[in-house]
Amino acid sequence: MTTDASTLPRTGAETKTRPVTIGAVRSSQRSRYTWLVPTLYIIFLLLPIYWLVNMSFKTTQEILSVFSLWPQNFTVQNYVVILTDPSWYNGYINSMTYVALNTVISVSVALPAAYAFSRYRFLGDKHLFFWLLTNRMAPPAVFVLPFFQLYSGFGLIDTHIAVAIAHCLFNVPLAVWILEGFMSGVPKEIDETAYIDGYSFPKFFVKIFMPLIASGIGVAAFFCFMFSWVELLIARTLTTTDAKPIAATMTRTVSASGLDWGVLAAAGVLTIIPGALVIWFVRNYIAKGFALGRV
Amino acid sequence: MLELVDVTKVVGADTHIEGVSMTLSKGSINVLLGPTLSGKTSLMRLIAGLDRPTRGDIRIDGASVVGVPVQKRNVAMVYQQFINYPTLSVYENIASPMRVKGADKATVDREVRKAAELLRLTDHLKKTPLELSGGQQQRTALARAIVKGAGLVLLDEPLANLDYKLREELRAELPKIFAATGAIFVYATTEPTEALLLGGNTATLSLGRVTQFGRTIDVFNRPVDLITAETFSDPPLNTLAVEKRGALFGHAHGLTVPVPADDLGLPDGRYTIGFRPHHLFLDAPGGAAVSLPARVAVTEITGSESFVHVDVADARWVALAHGVRNFDVDDRITVHVDPDRLFVFDAAGRLAAAPRALQAA
Repeated sequence: MTTDASTLPRTGAETKTRPVTIGAVRSSQRSRYTWLVPTLYIIFLLLPIYWLVNMSFKTTQEILSVFSLWPQNFTVQNYVVILTDPSWYNGYINSMTYVALNTVISVSVALPAAYAFSRYRFLGDKHLFFWLLTNRMAPPAVFVLPFFQLYSGFGLIDTHIAVAIAHCLFNVPLAVWILEGFMSGVPKEIDETAYIDGYSFPKFFVKIFMPLIASGIGVAAFFCFMFSWVELLIARTLTTTDAKPIAATMTRTVSASGLDWGVLAAAGVLTIIPGALVIWFVRNYIAKGFALGRV
Repeated sequence: MLELVDVTKVVGADTHIEGVSMTLSKGSINVLLGPTLSGKTSLMRLIAGLDRPTRGDIRIDGASVVGVPVQKRNVAMVYQQFINYPTLSVYENIASPMRVKGADKATVDREVRKAAELLRLTDHLKKTPLELSGGQQQRTALARAIVKGAGLVLLDEPLANLDYKLREELRAELPKIFAATGAIFVYATTEPTEALLLGGNTATLSLGRVTQFGRTIDVFNRPVDLITAETFSDPPLNTLAVEKRGALFGHAHGLTVPVPADDLGLPDGRYTIGFRPHHLFLDAPGGAAVSLPARVAVTEITGSESFVHVDVADARWVALAHGVRNFDVDDRITVHVDPDRLFVFDAAGRLAAAPRALQAA
């Protein structure tokens, strides 16, 4: 009995250590190549963007004639064209105008709605809340036809506000969902304490509550910005010239001499920049935003 | 003066508060005592005006305040959870009710510093509440209630989550602070000890009803019914279902306890006798005490006191004894009950007789 007892743990220890050693060797072999996959992935992701930047500094002639990894004749002429030609830079102004309008409208409409969903129980609240999100589940193309008819009827075609309101269709539900998540993280007792302290509802909402969910508002605004910025179909359908978005300008730029590749590439680069800038500001909250504030 | 008249709150199918009527006078300390879910918080929310009673009336100085928004009522409230404004500094948190009122800077500063001094927050005024410990957060909330100078102060188990030293200090300080302002002071707690220490009046709550409301010491000494006595006893009241036959309370398992001399006039029938744990003696106290055989179930020793849980017949009793009294589980011991310490409750749970020892005192 005693010998059994003394040998048993030893064998146990041996069998325990062996796989650990093998595991360690394996993992060290593996670790020599751990950089490989991420690097390939990043190259894969960045290549098109690099190529776009690369093209934007070339002349159209160079783009079409030779295959070069970097510009042979470095030029900023393409950017100059965009920044001086109103038909180009107006595209940016138009896009930014309706995106900003949409973000402001969406967030300010969604704030009270989200507060109601997070604080009150009312008839059909849960169904209504879910129904909101279903608005996001239809492709925008579905709404193009009714929108076009309706906006024509109200004489809103080719205005910034038309696009801004149209984009509310999918941005308001999203903002409501995100903000509701953030708001539900704030205990109801804070609201009550503020009322007891004497705050009126609007004062409480602006002075106490909004700072508490500031990151939520930021994330909601970012998502509204993003979806409105990248949306093309509705924006293009509802506009002709005065409010034409940059993406639409890009897809329509075929001049007499064919496609102006260099200018197009420069336009592409300029289109990426605002999105990248905005992402930088909300980078710490984006994950929570994707979880609709429910982390 | 605050009057509650038949206040009832029904939420969905649940009745949270049922038919509560009581009158709280100015400058009084009122304790709402009851176990969790007995409706203390619900009642407080109704009094504060955060919720609207389903039925009944709440009057301040004779005028109904039902439907008056909480902003317009002169109320201060502190929750059991630490509730502060996380985005504001501790200073601004405390100053908040005065800022809303539009008090001038000097007054705000003076009051905030006074309250901070009182609650030992002076060193933390620049921090935000989330940088503070739990106890400091709660003190911030209390300081905010103090500076408001409200006529009605509601504290919902404010000390439940504090460490005991601070708790004892604040428990002594708080009533004084608020009593000085002449406010109606309402304090919810689950602990009978806390109610006794605060003094004033106590309302015992059970399942949304106020079972008794009166001077704390009266409620403690003469609970109107078994539920009140059980609510107002920690450790729990020892009870035994008995049948009175002449001069004896007989229990189904053959135990008998003599009926106290004063209670001999009670008609025969079913009763529940009850007595407090510190009146279940491990050593014969002398006099007319009855000895009963018991089996030890658990012994809890706190140092200065020992709680000995014993099984007597089919009942589980607790004896509270001084000093360290160590027993092993299943030890057979003898416990002693003094008939003069007995509460006698009738079959409906109403008090039939209070201890004689008490009436003498």
